[in-house]
Amino acid sequence: MWDYTDKVMEHFKNPRNVGEIENPDAVGEVGSIVCGDVLKLTLKINPENHLIEDAKFKTFGCASAIASSSVLTEMIKGKTVEEAARITNKEIADYLGGLPEQKMHCSVMGMEALQAAIENYYTKKGMKVFPGEQEKIICKCFNVSEKTILKAIELNSLKTVEQVTDYTKAGGNCGQCKGEIEKTLKDYWARQRQTPYQELTTVEKIRLIERILDEEINPKLREDGGWLELIDLDGKTVKVRFLGACSSCLLANQTFKEVVEKALRGKAAEDLEIVLV
Amino acid sequence: MNKIIYFDNNATTRVSPEVKEAMDLFLTELYGNPSSIHQFGGQVKKHLEAARSQVAGLLGCQPEEIIFTSCGTESDSTAIYSALNAYPEKKHIVTTSVEHPAIYNLCRYLEKQGYRVTYLKVDEEGRLNLEELEKAIGPETAIVSIMWANNETGVVMPVEKAAEIAHKKGVLFHTDAVQAASKIPINLAGSQIDMLSISGHKLHAPKGIGVLYVRQGTKFVPFLRGGHQENGQRAGTENVPGIIGLGKASELALNNLEKEQSYVGSLRDRLEKGLLNRIPNIKINGARAPRLPNTLSVSFEFVEGESILLLLSDYGICASTGSACSSGSLEPSHVLQAMKIPFTFAHGTVRFSLSIYNTEEEVDYVLEVLPGIIKKLRDISPFSPANSAH
Repeated sequence: MWDYTDKVMEHFKNPRNVGEIENPDAVGEVGSIVCGDVLKLTLKINPENHLIEDAKFKTFGCASAIASSSVLTEMIKGKTVEEAARITNKEIADYLGGLPEQKMHCSVMGMEALQAAIENYYTKKGMKVFPGEQEKIICKCFNVSEKTILKAIELNSLKTVEQVTDYTKAGGNCGQCKGEIEKTLKDYWARQRQTPYQELTTVEKIRLIERILDEEINPKLREDGGWLELIDLDGKTVKVRFLGACSSCLLANQTFKEVVEKALRGKAAEDLEIVLV
Repeated sequence: MNKIIYFDNNATTRVSPEVKEAMDLFLTELYGNPSSIHQFGGQVKKHLEAARSQVAGLLGCQPEEIIFTSCGTESDSTAIYSALNAYPEKKHIVTTSVEHPAIYNLCRYLEKQGYRVTYLKVDEEGRLNLEELEKAIGPETAIVSIMWANNETGVVMPVEKAAEIAHKKGVLFHTDAVQAASKIPINLAGSQIDMLSISGHKLHAPKGIGVLYVRQGTKFVPFLRGGHQENGQRAGTENVPGIIGLGKASELALNNLEKEQSYVGSLRDRLEKGLLNRIPNIKINGARAPRLPNTLSVSFEFVEGESILLLLSDYGICASTGSACSSGSLEPSHVLQAMKIPFTFAHGTVRFSLSIYNTEEEVDYVLEVLPGIIKKLRDISPFSPANSAH
C-alpha cells in the first residue's frame, strides 16, 4: 500500500484535462508499454505570445502517474512556453504534496513529456533544438539517457544508485547499468566538490567557465536556436558573445540576465561580472 | 467504505471463528511450555500432538512426518537447505520459472553461492512440460522443487507425476503446496513426494505457523538448531496457539474440501463469466490449464493494475495485482512474464482469490462496479482505441 497524499488521490480519482487536443501545436509522448507507464501530452499554444492556452493528457500507468499528469496540465496552462520549460519534476511532486520515493519517476515522466512537447513546438517552428549528436543511453531496458540521469541528480540532489532508480527508473530491471549509474553519480559529485574558484589558475578558470557554458547554458539557448561563446576573461569580468538566433533575438537581454548570470555565479563565483560584447 | 469484500485469499485469509475459539485456551489458561516436566506445561503436549494428527489428516500422511515451522517460507528454505546439506556433493537444483519468491529468490541467491539452478519453462497457460523436467535432472541434482499450485494464476502443476520422475532418477522431490492445501485434495501416502510446505494463514489459521512434511526415511538436516523440539528436527519453543489453530483449520479444511470445489468454484466461475460478458479486451490467465477452484487471474488490456486496485478499494473490494509499479519492480511479475502474457495485458493484471466465506452477492457487486472502473481508466489511457474504450 502506497502512502499517497490526499492531493495525489484526488487528482487520480478526478483527473483534470484528460484527452487529446485536435491539431495540437505541440505533442510530447514519453515512456513505453514495457516500462508500465506512458504519458501523451498535447498543447495548444498561442503563436503571438507563446502562451499555453490548453493542455490535455492521456496516461497509462499507476495512480501517481495519472496524478502527476493531471497536475502538470494545471501547472502549465496560462504559462508561456519559456516559463513552462523551467518546471522541474520536483515542482510537480511538490504540487502533489510529495510522492513516495519509489514513485518519483512519475514526476520525472511529467517533466520529460513537457520538455518533449516544447522541443516538438520549437522543431515545428523550424528552430534547431539540439545539435545532431546522439544521446548516450545508460539504461537500455528503460531507454534512460545520461542527460536524464544527470538532470535528476542535479534537481533532486540524488546520492545513491537506488535513488537514481527511484527517480528515473534506470537500473530498475536487469540492473546491468548500475555500475555506470554509480560512475555517473561519482563523476557528478566530484565535479561539485571542485576547488574554490578563487584558487584556480587562469587556464582552469577559463575551462570551468567554458564547461558551464557548454553544459548549463548552451543547451538551453539552443532551444531558441542560439548559443554563447566566451571571448575573454579579465579578472572578474567575463566577456561573452551571443551567436546564432540569439544574436538578433529581442529576448536576448532577458535570457542573458536570467540564465547566464545565475548559472555562472552559482557554479563559478558570486562576484563575476558578465559583459556582452 | 463500510463493508469489506475480501477477494484476496491467496494473500492471506481470515481466521475461522472455530479456529480462534480453539486457540483461545492456549493464549489464556494453558500457557505452559509443552517441554516442561511439570504437569501444567506437560499437558499441553497432548493437544499439540492432536493438532499434528489433524494436519496429517488433511495431507494424508503420518503425524510423525509433520514438522511445525513458523511459516511457508521457513518450510521451503528448510527443505532446500536440507537436501543441499544431506547431499553436499550435489550442486544442482531443478525448479520452475514461476515459483513463489520463497523458492525463486532463494534459488537466485544459491546461484550466487555457486549452485547451478535450472528454471523449467512453462507454456502460455502456465503449464509445465514433464519431458523437460526429466531432461533437466542429472547426477548432480540434489533436489527438484515444484510448486503444487501457482499463487498468481492458480494453475495446478502435476507434482505427483513430477515426483515419480524425480524418484526414477534417484532425486529428492519437494513441493510448495502453500496455495494448494485446503483447495484441492492432497494424499501424500499415495504419492512419492518427499517434502511439502504449507502455511497456516492461507487456510484460515493465523499468521506465523507453517508445516514442513518430511517423508519417513528421508535424509533430513535441520535448518534451526538448538533445543530438541519437533523430535530434534526444528528447534525453538513451539508456537502452541498457532499449532492448535492450524490443527483445527486443517480439520475444517478437510471437511470443506468438497465445498471448496463446488461452492467456491462456482463463485469463481460466475465472476469469470460475468467479467468476460461485461468487459471487452480481457484475458483470463491459465484458463486452459487445470486451476485451483478459488483463483481468477484476469488481465485488462490498456490499463494498469495498481490503478484498478485503488479504485476497487474505494468500494471496499480487496484484490491484488501481478504488476506492482514501483522503481524496484517496474515489470510485470516473473510468473506473467514466464507465461509470455503480452505487455499491453500484463500490466493490467488483477488476481481475485475467493474463499468459502465469500457470497454470490459479493461476486455480483464486483461485476456491477468493475466495468465502470475499467472504462474510466481506458478513457485516460493513450492506448485504448477510441471505439473500443469500453
